[in-house]
Amino acid sequence: MFAAFMINAWVTASIVAVIAGVVGFFVVLRGAAFVADAVPTGAFAGAAGASLLGINTLIGLGVFALAGSLGIGWLSRKARRDVATALILVMMLGLGALFLSFTVEYSSEIFSLLFGEVLGVSSNEIVPVAGLAVVCVLAIAVLYRPLLMSSLAPESAAARGVRLSMVELAFLVIVGLATSLTLPVVGALLIFSLMIGPPAAARAMTNSPLAAIGLSVVLALVTVWVAIAASFETNWPIGFFVGAGGAVCYALGRLVGHWRRSRIRVRPAVA
Amino acid sequence: MTPAVTADETRQVLDVDGVSVRLAGRPILDEVRFAIEPGEFVGLIGANGAGKTTLLRVILGLQAATAGSVRIGGKPAAHARGLVGYVPQKIQLDPDMPVRARDLVALGLDGNKLGIPLPSRGKRKLVDEMLAAVDALRFADERVGNLSGGEQQRVMIAHALISKPRLLLLDEPLANLDIRSAQEIIELLSKRFAKQQQVSVLISAHEMNPLLPVLDRIVYLAAGRAATGTTEEVIREDVLSSLYGHHVDVLNMHGRILVVAHTDEGFQVLAGDDRAAEPGHPDHSRTGMQA
Ligand SMILES: Nc1ncnc2c1ncn2[C@@H]1O[C@H](COP(=O)(O)OP(=O)(O)O)[C@@H](O)[C@H]1O
Ligand SMILES: [Mg+2]
Repeated sequence: MFAAFMINAWVTASIVAVIAGVVGFFVVLRGAAFVADAVPTGAFAGAAGASLLGINTLIGLGVFALAGSLGIGWLSRKARRDVATALILVMMLGLGALFLSFTVEYSSEIFSLLFGEVLGVSSNEIVPVAGLAVVCVLAIAVLYRPLLMSSLAPESAAARGVRLSMVELAFLVIVGLATSLTLPVVGALLIFSLMIGPPAAARAMTNSPLAAIGLSVVLALVTVWVAIAASFETNWPIGFFVGAGGAVCYALGRLVGHWRRSRIRVRPAVA
Repeated sequence: MTPAVTADETRQVLDVDGVSVRLAGRPILDEVRFAIEPGEFVGLIGANGAGKTTLLRVILGLQAATAGSVRIGGKPAAHARGLVGYVPQKIQLDPDMPVRARDLVALGLDGNKLGIPLPSRGKRKLVDEMLAAVDALRFADERVGNLSGGEQQRVMIAHALISKPRLLLLDEPLANLDIRSAQEIIELLSKRFAKQQQVSVLISAHEMNPLLPVLDRIVYLAAGRAATGTTEEVIREDVLSSLYGHHVDVLNMHGRILVVAHTDEGFQVLAGDDRAAEPGHPDHSRTGMQA
């Protein structure tokens, strides 16, 4: 299972786990799970369009992910974000259905977008994923404080000069790109499970935001490593194991959180 | 040549000069005018829907005024962000968020800056001192979402004051507190911050009674207009009747002051009671509205 052709899978999945752990923390904090699901699912239409035009599907994905994120950001200035997200999702899915109907053969390439082909990743696919990881992690690091403050106390953040709509838009673009551009490699299922399970677990295990991000990365890494090994041993799809791993993480987080709360001693009252 | 400035103007921390605001075509504030000096503890009193939040947002530069201007420390509001601390009416601190009280206070210092915050001894000391000043040190490492309403208000006050503003705006900080926690917060704000540290405080409330004993001055909002002065100068039948535009009575019920209007059906409490509401003001349960 550590054969040469597997090295690529280990490396790629690890990079994706880091992206998911870091970006996922804010996805969970800001209640943006639906966006993290909708944008890559909808961006799949971009891949279909690109394959129809005979251009690189990664470009189609990127363009649709970007347009979808910006669309959600723009619409949710006036409406609730979940409604805006649903609206953008159905528009993109509609386009996807149209593009697919023009495609002669049912492209296995597009099918693999949903489930990924991480065991078949080639070395030259690693470079763009690694580049994306650097961009996403840097962007989150730069925006860390405004992102955190605008999630907790948006009005006081605005009063301090934080431009809430710009922070939200930048965040949506990061989520859109992080989820969509990892699609061809790991599949929608894998990236989405990794973005929700580990961060949700991590936030129950510690009170410090930075520690929660670190823990979320560790849990995501452990999840993908276990999933690859299990998938190799059983020949079952890796997506199944990652999905299950995400759920296990979450359950674990709930348990640890429960245990921590039961340990909190009653505070002595002030004199 | 520098323009002549009177001593009074240089002392003013906040100068609200004829501010009018229309929202969705409806006049909300009409030529509101008042000033606050260093260390003054001022109540912004008005029923639900009177425009308190709107006025605070204008002062913060979050809401544009249709007419008039706001100066803070002599500067236009837009250039005075660092001089104002703000405790908003609604805070969204749910228990699932892995954020300690000390993290929220630290964000008050540099939450608008970019990059990961580097831990430093000086900053930790500053945060600890601020937490101690609001008696919040004992729950500094607990999740803010798990704290009680009064404890959360203390943390938010520390968050707003750690950047050392000269003016502190609080939007209904007492609204969801029990009487004892409310008294503790009032004491903290008026004694420790206004009187000792000379921070000017503008605190909004729809229920004025707990505040009356300690307020230096009142800005009373009704029908979009403001009456300003000491409690004795403002809470009077002639002043409030002309503000509301119809006759009102000021009743003293065992030390509790009620502002009451007579209507065809009987009478309506306009202020001094938790159910008081601006006459004709629609239901506040509507979504998407600033309550
Ligand atoms: N964005 C808005 N658009 C239209 N009307 C608004 C808006 N925000 C507040 N209002 C109205 O302005 C009035 C004053 O509101 P507000 O300042 O929140 O009052 P208060 O804080 O004193 O309860 C209310 O009638 C409210 O319905
Ligand atoms: Mg209000």
